[in-house]
Amino acid sequence: MTTDFIHRQAAHCETGAISNLLQHYNLDISEPMAFGLASGITFAYLKMVKINGLPLIAYRMPPRMIIKLLSRRINGLDIRFNKFKNEAEGMAALDKKLAENIIVGLQASVFFLPYFPREMRFHFNAHNLLVYGKENDEYKISDPIFSHLVQADRKSLTQARFSRGALAPKGMMYYPVNVPSKVDFERLIPKAIRFTGKMNGRWNPIPLAGIRGMKRVAKKIEKLKNEDPRHARLFLGHIVRMQEEIGTGGAGFRFMYAAFLQEAAEKLNCNELADLSREMTDAGDAWREFAVLAARTSKQRGEHDYIDIARQLQKVADKEYDLYNQMSGFKIR
Amino acid sequence: MKKKDIPQQAHHLYAGETKAVYAINEEGKLEIAQTAGWEVEIDVLQQAIDEIDRLSADALQRVRAGESSPLEYHMYAQRMDLPMLAQAVGVFKWRVKKHLKPTGFAKLKPEQLSLYASVLGIDVETLQELPDDN
Repeated sequence: MTTDFIHRQAAHCETGAISNLLQHYNLDISEPMAFGLASGITFAYLKMVKINGLPLIAYRMPPRMIIKLLSRRINGLDIRFNKFKNEAEGMAALDKKLAENIIVGLQASVFFLPYFPREMRFHFNAHNLLVYGKENDEYKISDPIFSHLVQADRKSLTQARFSRGALAPKGMMYYPVNVPSKVDFERLIPKAIRFTGKMNGRWNPIPLAGIRGMKRVAKKIEKLKNEDPRHARLFLGHIVRMQEEIGTGGAGFRFMYAAFLQEAAEKLNCNELADLSREMTDAGDAWREFAVLAARTSKQRGEHDYIDIARQLQKVADKEYDLYNQMSGFKIR
Repeated sequence: MKKKDIPQQAHHLYAGETKAVYAINEEGKLEIAQTAGWEVEIDVLQQAIDEIDRLSADALQRVRAGESSPLEYHMYAQRMDLPMLAQAVGVFKWRVKKHLKPTGFAKLKPEQLSLYASVLGIDVETLQELPDDN
């Protein structure tokens, strides 16, 4: 069993998992750096995908995209993904990799993971964790969002890997085949920043994504006053819950991206990036204010109405719009 | 957000676990730090749990009154709803709806019962029963 594995708590499961994995294989990529290089930050309002009857709102790229983009961008990084038709095959493949002393990443449903506090267990199928060992029927797990190491019995882990429904993991596991010894930050960082800017700002072609998606949600909030009050309150609570509770949250991702910009500024010795980092931190703070307003109204406290909340979201959108447009033309001078 | 402003409102929902956030330290640099919980998040999580409790309690009454099958109660109690359950078992919603009624539920084959039980994370016996009063 791998005993020298170092667990670091992370703000988000996928970036935390890949960062801990790469650092184990001696490639120094912090969580924010993984997030930034994979252009993970975004916004998407997917009306047609319903979670408990309410639309999916995402503050980052879809599951697996971060690891996929990262391995496409970093020269020499090869992460292999496997899915399985049946449980026995999937568990055998995991055991085989562990026997070879390889750290394995898994996609799993939070609902079946026994180490999660009971009340935190929802049917969210796209959680990420690393398995670093096994003792009898107990799997030793480094779950990036926990402060400590955890473990899961074979039966629960099987259920979690083969849960069904939206984003079903189908036993998905991933492991490194090749990890390079260094990364060409001078080339990759500006490229990733421009990509993020273009994807979210003025050049974004998709009306549901980026700033356009945020404005759409703001409009939807304005219209909530005409809807059944109970549904309107649940909708608001849901936005905040998608923002803060499941995964890392809107503000959390902005702070993480700001940490990436800060690290990038130091690596490339670039003041413009340090300024961008501060601006992005402000955007994170604005998201938090939005969450406070929305949660209060959702609980029928305070004097704010739907128009105020929509206006706050508009404010965040306008602020990020300028940021992304600046980023889309970023070059090291 | 400054590190000293990170909310530290521990709550029993989190069972003592912490989360990580990036925040600005004394030197003006962002770094990773821990939070025990934030009132705003706790409120909306509690709201979601209350809604699930309300749906399961309503379903329980309907099952006791003979209007619904135990499947409806367990669906909500295990934090699902009709579209999620239908997607998880790979069956049209209208068919799952039939199984939420006592007559449709009685006609379920053992394989169907065990599929429902497995996606809900309970065993087949539990699926056919209701929780005790109290």
